[in-house]
Amino acid sequence: MSTSDGYILLVLTALPFIAALLLMITPSRERTAIIAITGLSSFVMFVLSVYVFQRYDWHSSEQFQGVLAWDWLQNVGFLGEHGIQIKVGIDGIAASMVLLTGIITMAGTWVSWKVRQRTKDFFILLYIVVGGVYGTFVSLDLFFFFLMYETAVMPMYMLIAIWGSTRKEYGAMKLMMMLVAASILIFTGIFAIFTEANIGSFDLTRLYAAHYSREMQIIFFPMIALGCGTLGGMFPFHSWSPDGHASAPTAVSMVHAGVLMKVGAFAIIRLGIQILPEGAQFWGPALITVGITAALYGAVSALKQTDLKLMSGFSSVSHMGYVFMGLGTMNVIGMTGSVLQMFAHGVMTALFFLLIGAMYDQSHNRDIPNFSGLAKRMPMWAIFFVIGALASLGLPGLSGFVAELHIFVGAFRAYPIVGGLAVLTAAITATYLLRMMSQMFFGEFNTRWDMLRDVTWAERAGATVLVLSILAMGLWPSPWVQRISTTLAQTIPGVSL
Amino acid sequence: MNLDYSLLVPEFLLALAGVVVLLADTFRGELKSGRQLLPWLTVFGAALYGATGAAAGSMTSEFAGIFAVDAFTAFFRVLFAVTLVVVVVGSHEYVSKNIRHQGEFYTMLLFATVGASFMAGARELLTAYVGIELLSFSLYVAVSLAKSDSRSGEAGLKYVLLGGLASATLLYGLSLVYGAGGSTSYVEIAKNLEHVEGLRMPLVLGLVMVIAGVGFKASAVPFHMWTPDAYEGAPLPVTAILSATSKAAAFALILRLFSGPFLPVIGEWRTTIAILSLSTMVVGNLIALQQTNIKRLLAYSSIAQVGYMLMAVVTMSDVSASALLLHMGGYLVTNLAVFMGVIAFYNHSNTEEISGLHGLAETNPFLAMVLAAGLLSLSGMPLLAGFTTKFILFQAAASGGYLWLVTLAVIMSTISLFYYLKVIRQMYVVLPDGSQLPYATEPSVRQERWSMSPSSTLVVSVLFLGIVVVGLYVAPLAVAADNAARALFKA
Repeated sequence: MSTSDGYILLVLTALPFIAALLLMITPSRERTAIIAITGLSSFVMFVLSVYVFQRYDWHSSEQFQGVLAWDWLQNVGFLGEHGIQIKVGIDGIAASMVLLTGIITMAGTWVSWKVRQRTKDFFILLYIVVGGVYGTFVSLDLFFFFLMYETAVMPMYMLIAIWGSTRKEYGAMKLMMMLVAASILIFTGIFAIFTEANIGSFDLTRLYAAHYSREMQIIFFPMIALGCGTLGGMFPFHSWSPDGHASAPTAVSMVHAGVLMKVGAFAIIRLGIQILPEGAQFWGPALITVGITAALYGAVSALKQTDLKLMSGFSSVSHMGYVFMGLGTMNVIGMTGSVLQMFAHGVMTALFFLLIGAMYDQSHNRDIPNFSGLAKRMPMWAIFFVIGALASLGLPGLSGFVAELHIFVGAFRAYPIVGGLAVLTAAITATYLLRMMSQMFFGEFNTRWDMLRDVTWAERAGATVLVLSILAMGLWPSPWVQRISTTLAQTIPGVSL
Repeated sequence: MNLDYSLLVPEFLLALAGVVVLLADTFRGELKSGRQLLPWLTVFGAALYGATGAAAGSMTSEFAGIFAVDAFTAFFRVLFAVTLVVVVVGSHEYVSKNIRHQGEFYTMLLFATVGASFMAGARELLTAYVGIELLSFSLYVAVSLAKSDSRSGEAGLKYVLLGGLASATLLYGLSLVYGAGGSTSYVEIAKNLEHVEGLRMPLVLGLVMVIAGVGFKASAVPFHMWTPDAYEGAPLPVTAILSATSKAAAFALILRLFSGPFLPVIGEWRTTIAILSLSTMVVGNLIALQQTNIKRLLAYSSIAQVGYMLMAVVTMSDVSASALLLHMGGYLVTNLAVFMGVIAFYNHSNTEEISGLHGLAETNPFLAMVLAAGLLSLSGMPLLAGFTTKFILFQAAASGGYLWLVTLAVIMSTISLFYYLKVIRQMYVVLPDGSQLPYATEPSVRQERWSMSPSSTLVVSVLFLGIVVVGLYVAPLAVAADNAARALFKA
């Protein structure tokens, strides 16, 4: 990937914000214009994301590629030379995440054209989230990293409280307050890192090279991990996630569970593991414990849920548990699995939320026991759902399997007992998903749901893109695996294979 | 001794504008469009003051050893001028409807700004004291100028009584400091305080009293009691001035005092200020949680902001002074945006209750957006001024060795988000008729809209842009703040 591709990264971050600005000056009555702006910009984002992923060269000895920097503020106060820069660049992990964001944004945009209440405001806020997400993935400056991270969280309250369903205000406030409270820990961690590094700059690559005492790393790694982990749905600070996702509108659930939670896990790698590797080594076992607990707890909780979206929310907690478990193994294969899982889960959970939304928009009900025989009425819907569910329970040939396999192998290498528990979790996952599908899709059709129609063209298109991504990664995982594993092996000091 | 009066031209112009406004008011009957004239004269005076003040920014000079003209003074002159212009233009409609004695009103604002300017430039205790009194007395009057609102007179009385007490305390403190320092000049005091063994006790007593006095002006807890009542009772533009000019002037004075004359004895006051900072941010934020009146909410939220700013005084150095000045700039823009938005809203609806804001996103989406942006910026959300300046302020305090205090500040600023979100909820989640928005895919019903007056629209848009620009391109402001802080420590 050449330096000039750095401009693409910049464009990719700027594009959602530009689209949001364009929307601001579009009159809210002009629905066609709104659809044109969002459709075009999300498509361009998707194409550029694929381009960036494809151009990332994992053979290169430089792990951070497409690096471009402009000084934003320097030689002022505590800031020295190149104090705060607008600095973009990606490694293999970020490349995969950028691709994920592109896919989900496009699908999420398509299905949101259905929104008729304050459509314009909805897209403005949604695109601010997307811009924040891209910005977090491509930033190589700690200040802007965190600025973008917070930008991605900020609009969530309004997105859920205005356009949500059921207990939307409760879910929105809970989500917002928990995530912002978690930021306290990140703030403190960042201030401590900057002070300890004492180079007067927020440049991440220079912060990686700086020296941090072992004690400092051990004190502040858990702060970063917990702070970012909360956004990633880390047990026991996951409780915002099922409530928030259950009440959020479709596209917000998709972007939130699909991408934003991954920002949390990604931030643990960027800020926690890459800056404070000794701290990460020290706390690795704790991370694994938390991860496996979350995986088991989420899966068991999902067994009990009757609300389809809550089930999906707990399933997310469970799957994100795998991610933390993989990160805690501190070996390349386990951590590669983590990042793969971030991608795989992002796509399949977006698919789930898309389909649940497609049904809920019509039925205003999503209690699993209320439904039966839906496969007859909504065949395409059922097919998409089954593919997502099979990926989620780890069927070979689909993306979930690739990711989970890596994590399980990594876990067995680190702690065999954890590997065993992880396999048990996969079995529970299969139980709740298969049980839900047998209840909802098969059997006698309940005539109460006569008004249900199959997925619309927009939803069908969105679901198709997501399913294709699931298949692509399941059948040909090497583009992902190579990019991620080389980066991990080269950027984290002291990581084992 | 340098008696070059041209150094004080900006202040002279401002005071002159005040006198002209008074005269113009007297002869208003004979003048056509006299009502328009007063605000225009005020804006003109403030603009001249700001321009001449900024032009003197590269100087380093001193008038008679009592008033410094340097980058620091210039920074505050510009801040005060901008505040005054914004408030006068943005509240034009409000003033013509709700204020008695408009001539006096504008004059008081001008004189208050003169006082503030002297607080920022003073290099001598008595000059600073006169500056404080000028600012305070002008505001005592301005607070009570609301037409047909009994709270206004009450607030004025409360403010003047408590203010008098604070003034007396401050003056006594200054006299004790004079006793220990042997001079009223900042430079001399700094020199003499390097070695004050015998006079520790009176010095400490004096310092405590000075802190109480300036703490009152800055409304730091436990000297904040007047703030919510004065804010609530005062006419909205005066509230804006109280929360902007008055507060900035108090911090200008605090910075001058604690970076110069009191720096040698930092060990004596550092902990006190740290406790003050802690209690201010905790009390301000916690009490703000239960407010239902938007002015009282903003009063407590501005108290909380003072708590954050005091952190930079605790770690007094050029680095933290620079961060404090930057945050002050960002806070002022944000705060003014919120106040001007509230004024525009009040002009339309005559209510100051938070619940009265319901459905604003439907009836005036632009104003709702500006208010939401302002409130989110106050709580430190990104893309807006609040995040950037607060981040830098907090990092400065953390670099100064007070990570625990910073952590507390971040916790408090999280809590603040909750009460700002409550306001945003009223505007965005609740509909004008009090119900909730229907499900997202249901067809929407368009509500009737209203628009702000042209002057309000202009001011509010400019301030909104200001919030975003400071948030995303902070360099010019940061450089100005840094120059000011360096000048402060050179002097």
